[in-house]
Amino acid sequence: MAKVQGEVIIDLEKCKGCELCIIACPEETLAIANIINKKGYRYAIKAQDNCTGCANCALVCPDAVITVYRKVEKAPKQAV
Amino acid sequence: MSELNEIMNPIKENICLPEFLVYERPDTLTEQEFHYCPGCGHSTVHKLLMEVVSEMGIVGDTIGVAPVGCSVFAYHYLGVDMQQAAHGRACAVATGIKRVMPEKIVFTYQGDGDLAAIGTAETVHAANRGENLLVIFINNGIYGMTSGQMAPTSLEGMVTTTSPYGRDVLTQGYPLKISELLAHLPGVYYVTRQAVNTAGNVRKTKKALQRGLEYQKKNLGFCLVEVVSNCPSNLKMTPLESNEFVANQMIPFYPLGDIKVPEVK
Amino acid sequence: MGDVKFMKGNEALSEAMIRAGCDAYFGYPITPQSEVLEYLAREATKRTGMVVLQAESEVSAINMIYGAAGCGKRVMTTSSSPGISLMQEGLSYIASAELPCLVANINRGGPGLGTIQPAQGDYFQSVKGGGHGDYHLVVLAPCSVQEMVDYVKLGFELADKYRTPVMILADGAIGQMMEKVELFPQMERVVTDYPWATTGRPAGKDRRYITSLHIQPEKMEEINHTLQAKYKVMQETEVRYQALHLDDAEYLMTGFGLAARICIKAMELGRAKGYKIGMIRPQTLFPFPTKIYAEVAPRIKGILDVEMNAGQMIEDVRLSVEGKTRVEFFGRMGGMIPSPDEILENFEKYFIKGS
Repeated sequence: MAKVQGEVIIDLEKCKGCELCIIACPEETLAIANIINKKGYRYAIKAQDNCTGCANCALVCPDAVITVYRKVEKAPKQAV
Repeated sequence: MSELNEIMNPIKENICLPEFLVYERPDTLTEQEFHYCPGCGHSTVHKLLMEVVSEMGIVGDTIGVAPVGCSVFAYHYLGVDMQQAAHGRACAVATGIKRVMPEKIVFTYQGDGDLAAIGTAETVHAANRGENLLVIFINNGIYGMTSGQMAPTSLEGMVTTTSPYGRDVLTQGYPLKISELLAHLPGVYYVTRQAVNTAGNVRKTKKALQRGLEYQKKNLGFCLVEVVSNCPSNLKMTPLESNEFVANQMIPFYPLGDIKVPEVK
Repeated sequence: MGDVKFMKGNEALSEAMIRAGCDAYFGYPITPQSEVLEYLAREATKRTGMVVLQAESEVSAINMIYGAAGCGKRVMTTSSSPGISLMQEGLSYIASAELPCLVANINRGGPGLGTIQPAQGDYFQSVKGGGHGDYHLVVLAPCSVQEMVDYVKLGFELADKYRTPVMILADGAIGQMMEKVELFPQMERVVTDYPWATTGRPAGKDRRYITSLHIQPEKMEEINHTLQAKYKVMQETEVRYQALHLDDAEYLMTGFGLAARICIKAMELGRAKGYKIGMIRPQTLFPFPTKIYAEVAPRIKGILDVEMNAGQMIEDVRLSVEGKTRVEFFGRMGGMIPSPDEILENFEKYFIKGS
């Protein structure tokens, strides 16, 4: 089976903490921080290391502060 | 990257490589941060529009018109040549641009007050002339910039600062379905209504914008992409609640989907 | 030497527009200037490829002008008083965004829907701003069909030079009358390359935007200073007027456009009776020819200002002479045109019989 690894990078200083990404994430990777950024918003952070790189969070992010990577490693074919 | 970002965003060097990039901020958005409230649909549509402009490679061929309302500053964010129009006049300004530069792709970006109240005449006649414009219509059912007054698209019974007891249709008129109204006109080529309240709807809105711009590239006629959106601040809701309002109140009255599509011959 | 023709004022204006290499006209029919759109619809596009579009309203027309002017194109619209009122919002935006364009007002009698007969009641609206905010239009006041033609060319030149809206303030009579006119030869439509024009973001460069919105008051004041500095230069360099018999004048008659033309006849009648009357006819109402009035005022006995309104330009005449001479007024309103005889009668009433 292919191994999928994703990664999100959130520009935390620009995040406005609207939480739309948190709801959009099917893996519950994201959560809201308990501290605030320079704008005064509690920003979104990665709470778990289980991102699949589906990019739903980035799609719904109004402020375009999320960058997403997705690495798919195909499993080597097994000899039959 | 700021200190906060360095601490909180440890980069996984084996994944964060250009070949694995699946989403990044479109380079056609300017560096300027949006002034919009947290969770506002305007920001999302700005972003989608610029993604499409980038992907289609039409940055140098596109001229936009910004309205009056919350998106009055659209030209600060959209990295294409832009003109800022008087309240409601975006379709007239865009007509002026398009008629003298028919080879360019011209869009307007307007809210419900701008397009469906003060600018109704300009919109209807631009549509009726079949002007080759893409009109992006953000319908959030309320006035944002002036702080929460009733819009022509406010729902029946909706409480706003100028309908404090709820919109009474007998004295304040009915919510106006602009897309359905314009779809009847022969000059109108493509009308669709989308939303940006979920990831799925965001994807569909992007496709609709892409379709609208593709049609403009071929000068096929007037295109309208209505986007049902939210206004957390003036609905006095959290962004998530406002998106639920969109799903549970707005979309049932303003159903999503294509309203007029070109006939396939 | 161009062609010499016998033409109606509105048609001559339209012909001049085509010949000046105008790129686009957006307008809406209104009496007494509907011939402009009709003439252009018939002639313009087939001859030069110029865009001619009948808008759904004057509001829309002036905003189409804004859009097309913002692309660096040579554009013009025309209307008459009630329609020009509808354009004031757009003109304020155009002045603030510093876009060049030409507008002609074929002034009719008002206020309100008024009458379709000629009048000059739009002087204040044209010269003092008209729309909201501190701005001016350059205002040119033709008194003949020939000047209708000449001022189209001049108007476009001034609009481009100062990036400003220019208005030709004529009246229904000049629009409707037929006269001999010499037309300048057809000019090429020029493809401009203004750095500010929104023609599509150039590769490797920043995008352009046209706006009149500057939320920061410091910035908005700076924009105002820019505009005012521009108006000051115009006041120093763009004043135009016609002067007659200033060398021996003991009295002056003054007025603009059609009223001035009738005054010239009244002046001649008066001179035949031995009154030493001179004449100043401002051709630019903004910038106003203040200096010439100030210069003449100390050595004359009085000025009769004649207008087809209740007395509007007279305020600028009085400001110019700073009390150094007596300024009296005679006017007709609501579409009535003064006759040379009644002008002279009023002149005698004020200055000869010494009322």
